[in-house]
Amino acid sequence: MSTFLQQLINGISLGAIYSLIALGYTMVYGVLKLINFAHGDVYMVGAFMGYYLANGLGTRGAQALGLNPEGLIGRGLLGGGTLEPSLITALVVMLLAMAICAAIGVVIERLAYRPVRKYSRLTALITAIGVSLLLENGGQVVFGAEPKFFPELFTKRNIDLVGGASINSADVVVLIIALALMVVLQLIVYRTKTGRAMRAVSFNLVSAKLMGINTDRIIAFTFALGSALAAAAGVLVAIRIPRIDPLMGILVGLKAFVAAVLGGIGNIPGAVLGGLLIGITETMVVGYLSPTYKDAVAFAILILILLFRPSGLLGTVAQEKV
Amino acid sequence: MPRYLRNLIIALIVIGVLYGLDFVFQAGLINPYYSRILMLCGISITLAVSLNLINGFTGQFSIGHAGFMAVGAYSSAYFSVNYGVNLANSLGGGKLGWVVALTLATIVGAIMAGIAGLAVGIPSLRLKGDYLAIVTLGFGQIIVVFLNNIEAVGGARGYSGIPIVKSFFWIFLIAVLTIVIVYNIVNSAFGRALISIREDELAAEAMGVNTTRYKVMAFVISSAMAGAGGVLLAHFDGYLNPKSFEFIKSFEILIMIILGGLGSIVGSVLGAIVLTILPEGLRGFAEYRMVIYSLLLIILMITRPQGLLGSSAAFSGLRKRFKRFTEGPSGTAGSATQSGTSVGGENPR
Amino acid sequence: MKRILIASFVIACLLSACNPQAGGGDKVRIGVFMSTTGSTANFGISSVNGIKMAADEINAAGGINGKQVELLVQDDRSDASEAATIVTKFVTQDQVHAVIGEVASSRSIAAAPIAQNAKIPMLTPSSTNPEVTKKGDFIFRSCFIDPYQGAAIAQFAAKTLGAKNAAIMVDRKNDYSTGLEKVINETFAKFGGKIVATQSYQEGDQDFNAQLTSLKGANPEVIFVPGYYNDVGLIAKQARDKGITVPLIGGDGWDSEQLYKIGGTALNGSYFTNHYSPFDTDPRVVKFVNDYKTRYNSTPDALAATAYDAANIMFDAIKRSKSLSGTDIRDALQATNAFPGVTGTVTFNQQRDAVKPIVMIEIKPGGTYAVKERVNVEGAAAPSTASAAAPPVKAAN
Repeated sequence: MSTFLQQLINGISLGAIYSLIALGYTMVYGVLKLINFAHGDVYMVGAFMGYYLANGLGTRGAQALGLNPEGLIGRGLLGGGTLEPSLITALVVMLLAMAICAAIGVVIERLAYRPVRKYSRLTALITAIGVSLLLENGGQVVFGAEPKFFPELFTKRNIDLVGGASINSADVVVLIIALALMVVLQLIVYRTKTGRAMRAVSFNLVSAKLMGINTDRIIAFTFALGSALAAAAGVLVAIRIPRIDPLMGILVGLKAFVAAVLGGIGNIPGAVLGGLLIGITETMVVGYLSPTYKDAVAFAILILILLFRPSGLLGTVAQEKV
Repeated sequence: MPRYLRNLIIALIVIGVLYGLDFVFQAGLINPYYSRILMLCGISITLAVSLNLINGFTGQFSIGHAGFMAVGAYSSAYFSVNYGVNLANSLGGGKLGWVVALTLATIVGAIMAGIAGLAVGIPSLRLKGDYLAIVTLGFGQIIVVFLNNIEAVGGARGYSGIPIVKSFFWIFLIAVLTIVIVYNIVNSAFGRALISIREDELAAEAMGVNTTRYKVMAFVISSAMAGAGGVLLAHFDGYLNPKSFEFIKSFEILIMIILGGLGSIVGSVLGAIVLTILPEGLRGFAEYRMVIYSLLLIILMITRPQGLLGSSAAFSGLRKRFKRFTEGPSGTAGSATQSGTSVGGENPR
Repeated sequence: MKRILIASFVIACLLSACNPQAGGGDKVRIGVFMSTTGSTANFGISSVNGIKMAADEINAAGGINGKQVELLVQDDRSDASEAATIVTKFVTQDQVHAVIGEVASSRSIAAAPIAQNAKIPMLTPSSTNPEVTKKGDFIFRSCFIDPYQGAAIAQFAAKTLGAKNAAIMVDRKNDYSTGLEKVINETFAKFGGKIVATQSYQEGDQDFNAQLTSLKGANPEVIFVPGYYNDVGLIAKQARDKGITVPLIGGDGWDSEQLYKIGGTALNGSYFTNHYSPFDTDPRVVKFVNDYKTRYNSTPDALAATAYDAANIMFDAIKRSKSLSGTDIRDALQATNAFPGVTGTVTFNQQRDAVKPIVMIEIKPGGTYAVKERVNVEGAAAPSTASAAAPPVKAAN
């Protein structure tokens, strides 16, 4: 039982990260019907931005922000009793990385995707693959091909739970931040004017344009939002598992994409559900069956679900017009 | 001259030319580095043209081509290692023995890949567009995971000890056959049904085209040909590794046909050649090589979104051109086009 | 027609870009193919660093018999087919005299037949799969092979540590890891041990919590982790987080200065087999480590050291060779006798595998290494042990 509980916690943490990335896939798909294959690589760039920021902030930046640099490494959440210094640094690092990646997302959209938007979707897809390859190969040149190790932003410790299971403080932080980001996203999409415009564009781009929505701006905003979430996921992953490399986005990106499809691509709660489902399934398969078939099982479930619910778990079936 | 006789003569000429070229290669008159790249181009052509049948002509979005290629490669390699070598030796170990063994290996690879195509195609071709893409992608990944775990074919260590056959003749014979098959399919009633599915699936269905059946058939043929491409690859270096068949390989093939121009056979051939040579050509740029490669890809997509050789419009133009000079290489081209036009209005069911 | 003309022009441009390199007769050209990008980039980069340093040293000392060494370094993007293409380029177009590469056995296996056919000697510094040198008599290896290493790991656990129950954590996607797993299982059973749990992961996995939770339940006395350092560091860390305190034991894939950076104190008291220890006090090792640090600003890992040795073994063979022909260099290479490298004294056996000692390293607090013991594997598990004591093999077929 305790093992099961433990695996469930492991799965939810992993799933929360998939969910954050899946949200970006799903939003971009919603407005552009484009599978943005470069999204996983934006997540990688986010992690690297976090890495450089954390190293920069750790020494000089922290003082500039009026923080105690000793606290960055020394004391941690729930560890030393004080919450502020380290967790705030982690948040600052994450928010800055999000801002940078949002800008990168907008630039990618402007330079690579907008010029091909008027052409076929396959052209756009190949462009996306091109951008993905560019980020991966460029990352290997700029960041270096060898893995980097993310500094510890706060001390991690295990918190014992009932039934013999324990949860790592990093997982707690990941879960809380992921949840908070999802709530913020929900508010943006459903409670703001821009969010309404996003939904309108997603529903029908041409009509939205006719209604006076600046669709270019909304699409750029969507990319910014998705990329920021990917960056957040990148930093959160790095906090949880501190190894980053320029190719880290490929497999995680693919799985997050699978998660988005599983939940019903274009559907925001679906992406979260899909992410959690993939995370938990993967962990359970690893724990109780054979880890070697982990990826196969994730895809097999996806295929099965698609065969019975062709638009994913929460997707709506689009009635084809004759 | 009867048509079949003419076709036979043309086929013999093609084989003769390939054989002659093969002799030139065997004699080492061409730098082996260039000939290796050329042969890799031949393998790429087989893969790209076969993918074009499903993506370009039928309009179905498959991105799991490397998976079928892997099935063909591994099954033929298994055949060659366990039976092919003995068979060739029992037939005297000479050229004849190897021709028989390799032909059988190719057939085994193509059939196994075709079966895999059938197994994937029947359930998944009910799905449309991106969902089909994802299922094929998922299938490709599943294949790789399984190959990593099958000890009989080396698992993650890779499958080594496959007889090496670096034959220009064989590689380009398969490539030419693929082109001829796809060309004939496209210009037949079957092909028209496929194109009608691409243009408007609902309308095609309404016209009485059994779209699922045609899609599955196209998918199986395409997979079988990808399998044949895999057979070539398996015997090229005599070594296979599951890593070579991950989704990035499927993407490479997809890029070839889109860069060349979807729905254009010549385009696929060109795309295959360009994208095989490009990474080699950029070798001088050292670590910036792949960065430049990806930048070129993006720039090409922005400046020539329809691919190097246009899209459907270019295709019709190309067909006219093809009619002119492929009374030549593809042999049955003339007849196929004619019979195609005559049955154009017929219900292809 | 215009389009086809444009297309042919594009292809012609591309082809001309693969420009042939003029092969001058005044230099010794050595082709180096390594993965400096892609999934095993870190290993390729270390190896290239080691080789470049060796080449610069010999060139500064006047070259080989008065001829400067020219390195042609190519990246294969961690791809087997591309490795084969590069070696084809090396042996035909660039007309190299010898080839050094690769790190991963899969790429060495794909490339070896090409070097063999062209009769150009190829020396791999760190491909440990036995298959590699079976590809022909021009293919050499300057490190120990997996079975030998795996046997040393299992014997150490069973004899030295006296472990009866062990768990194993293997990278299922990785040929190196699965190869070691097989030998460890066999040898550990031979010494009366029992593998009580097997779990696996895949290269690049970040999260091992699920596997470790299961492993913990089996209560092993040691855990074998025959993987690469970047995964091992994380595994160690997450294992200690899970309350698993038994030692982890692995192979040379652990060796990297990054290992301790990532795993930290979680690694204290764990063991791995290695080619050498950078904390060795042997003057050769000290000089190498210092020079490397000055040049690259990092501690050389085993891959840098084996690659450095491989390059020097090759230079030494070329120096002794009657001519620069592939066959003569091959013969000289085969005759290599007790070459003093930083990773030990190297002699090639009849299978063209290096015969050299294996060291079992214990990780000490602070990330320093102590040589726990020099392992001699009992029984004939390793082909190299038999011929280790034998007199140097003369170049013969």
